[in-house]
Amino acid sequence: MNEILEILEKNSKLTTEQVAVMAAMSEEDVKTAIAKFEADGVILGYNTTVNWEMTDKEVVTALIEVKVTPQRGDGFDKVAERIFRFQEVRDCYLMSGGFDLTVVIEGKTMKEVAQFVSEKLSPLESVLSTATHFVLKKYKDKGIVFEKRTQEPREGIFL
Amino acid sequence: MRQTEDFILGSIKDLPPSGIRKYFDLINEMEDVISLGVGEPDFVTPWNICEAGISSLEKGQTSYSSNAGFIELRKAIANYLNRRFSMIYDPYEEILVTVGGSEAIDIALRMLVGQGDEVVIPEPCFVAYNGCTLMTGATPVPICLKEENSFKLTVEELEGAITAKTKVLILGFPNNPTGAIMTHEELEPIAKFLKDKDIVVISDEIYAELTYSGEHSSISEFEWMREKTIVVSGFSKAFAMTGWRIGYVCANSIFTDAMKKIHQYALMCSPTIAQKAAIEAMNNGQNEVERMVREYNRRRRLMVDGFRKAGLTCFEPLGAFYVFANVSGTGLSSEEFCDRLLLEHKVLMVPGEAFGGSGHGFARATYATSYENIIEANKRIKEFTDSLNK
Repeated sequence: MNEILEILEKNSKLTTEQVAVMAAMSEEDVKTAIAKFEADGVILGYNTTVNWEMTDKEVVTALIEVKVTPQRGDGFDKVAERIFRFQEVRDCYLMSGGFDLTVVIEGKTMKEVAQFVSEKLSPLESVLSTATHFVLKKYKDKGIVFEKRTQEPREGIFL
Repeated sequence: MRQTEDFILGSIKDLPPSGIRKYFDLINEMEDVISLGVGEPDFVTPWNICEAGISSLEKGQTSYSSNAGFIELRKAIANYLNRRFSMIYDPYEEILVTVGGSEAIDIALRMLVGQGDEVVIPEPCFVAYNGCTLMTGATPVPICLKEENSFKLTVEELEGAITAKTKVLILGFPNNPTGAIMTHEELEPIAKFLKDKDIVVISDEIYAELTYSGEHSSISEFEWMREKTIVVSGFSKAFAMTGWRIGYVCANSIFTDAMKKIHQYALMCSPTIAQKAAIEAMNNGQNEVERMVREYNRRRRLMVDGFRKAGLTCFEPLGAFYVFANVSGTGLSSEEFCDRLLLEHKVLMVPGEAFGGSGHGFARATYATSYENIIEANKRIKEFTDSLNK
C-alpha cells in the first residue's frame, strides 16, 4: 500500500490506471485504497509545487521562531492551534531545542508579513517572543530543486 | 606512398561501425524528441558519492593509485559482493579495479584469446563483446537466443555452438538489450555442461542490482565454475555513475594477475577520484540503489503496459532497464520501424539488429527516463502503430 503513496507523492497527476500498472495491482484495488487513504486522512491533499519567482506574482516567505508558554492540561497544542488557524500560516511545527514553534508565513510583501507578526502573532497571550527570518531564495522545496539543470547536447555514443 | 587509411590494420578497418550513429546525428537536429535510446540511468549519481569524489579533490588526492586500485576500495568491493550476492573474492589477489566494465571485458578477452580461437557469444547482447573479440583476432561465434525462451541461453543452444576451438563463453545477464535474466536453476544445466570443458566464462554482471524478480544469480556460484569464471561488474548502472568510468573484475588470482599486466600497461590505474567515490558507493550506497531500483520497476511496468497496448508483443523483462519489443507484427523491419517512429512521431528506439543478428524484428527502448516521458512515448508509439493498422 505504501507503494501507491510513494508513487502519488511524486506525481499526483497519474491516473489510477497508471498507478495500478506501476504498482502491479488491479485498478479497482488502487481506487479503493486511495478512497480509504483520503477518508482516513492519510492522503491530505494533492498540491502543485509552484516556483512563484518565475511569475509576476509577488510572494514573500518568512520562517518565524516562536517561544510560547504552554497551557496547563493542553501543553502546546492549544497554543499552536491559536496560531495555525490564521490563513497566512502555511506550516506550523512544534520543535525541540531553543524555541517552541516554527511558523512559516506567506505574504505579498515584507510589510504584510511584519504586520501579521506585530498585530496578530505577538499580541497572543501565550507568545513570549518571536524571531522572523525572511527567505531570500528557495533552492529546494519538498524534494524539488528549483533551478533546472541544463543538459549539454552530446555527440553520439554507442552502447 | 601509402594512403593514410592504408596504415590502419585490416582487423580495425573491418570492425562494424556503430549501428545507431545515424539516429544520434538525427536527434541532434530535431526538437521535442523523446530518446529511449541511450542505455544509461537518468538519475544523477547520489550526492553522498559525488561528495566523496569532491572531498578527495579537496584533500589533494590526485595521484595514481596502485595498479589494482586502492586496497580500501578492493576490500569494500569484496564486502559488498559477499553481503549482496554471497560471492567470496580475496581483495588482495582476486579483485582488479578497472576503467568501467568495458575495460574488464577487453582485458579478459585479450588475456584469453587470439587468432584461431573461438568466443561463443549469445546474442542479442552488448555490442562490445563482438568488437573486443574481433580486436584480439579471435572469431566470435554467435548463438541466436530466442524470444520463446525469454532470451535465456539453453544447453542445447550452447552445445551446438561449441567446437574444439572454443575457449570462452560470454554471458551477459541481466541482459542488455533484452532485459532477460537467468536464475540459479536456469544456470545450473549450463554450469553442469561446462564442468568438464576447457572453456572460461566471462560473466558480465553489470546489471546485477537491477533485477526485479528474486535475487541475481551468477554462474560463479557453482563451486566448480568459480575457478573458470571471470566476473565483470561496475558502478555505472547500479549507482548511476556512467561518466565516472569505474568498474571491476573478479577472478582467481592467476587470471587476475595476468589481467593486471594488461591493465597496468594500457591504463596504469583507474581514476583516483572515481575510486574514492566508489568506496562511498560500496559502503553507503545501498539505500539509494534500492530507491532507484523501486523507481525503475514502476517505470518498467508502465512501459511494458504501454507497448502491449500499442500492439507490440514484448516478453516481460526482469532485469536491466530495457524493453525489447517485438515489432514484426507491424509489418515493418525493425530499422523501418525505428526510422519512422523517430521521423514521424519523435521517439527514439534502437533497432534490435544493432545487438546481433537475432535482434531482427525487435527494437530496444530504455525506461531509464521519467514517468512523463514514458507516458508520452507510449502515447506516440500507440499513435504510430494505430496509423499502421489503418
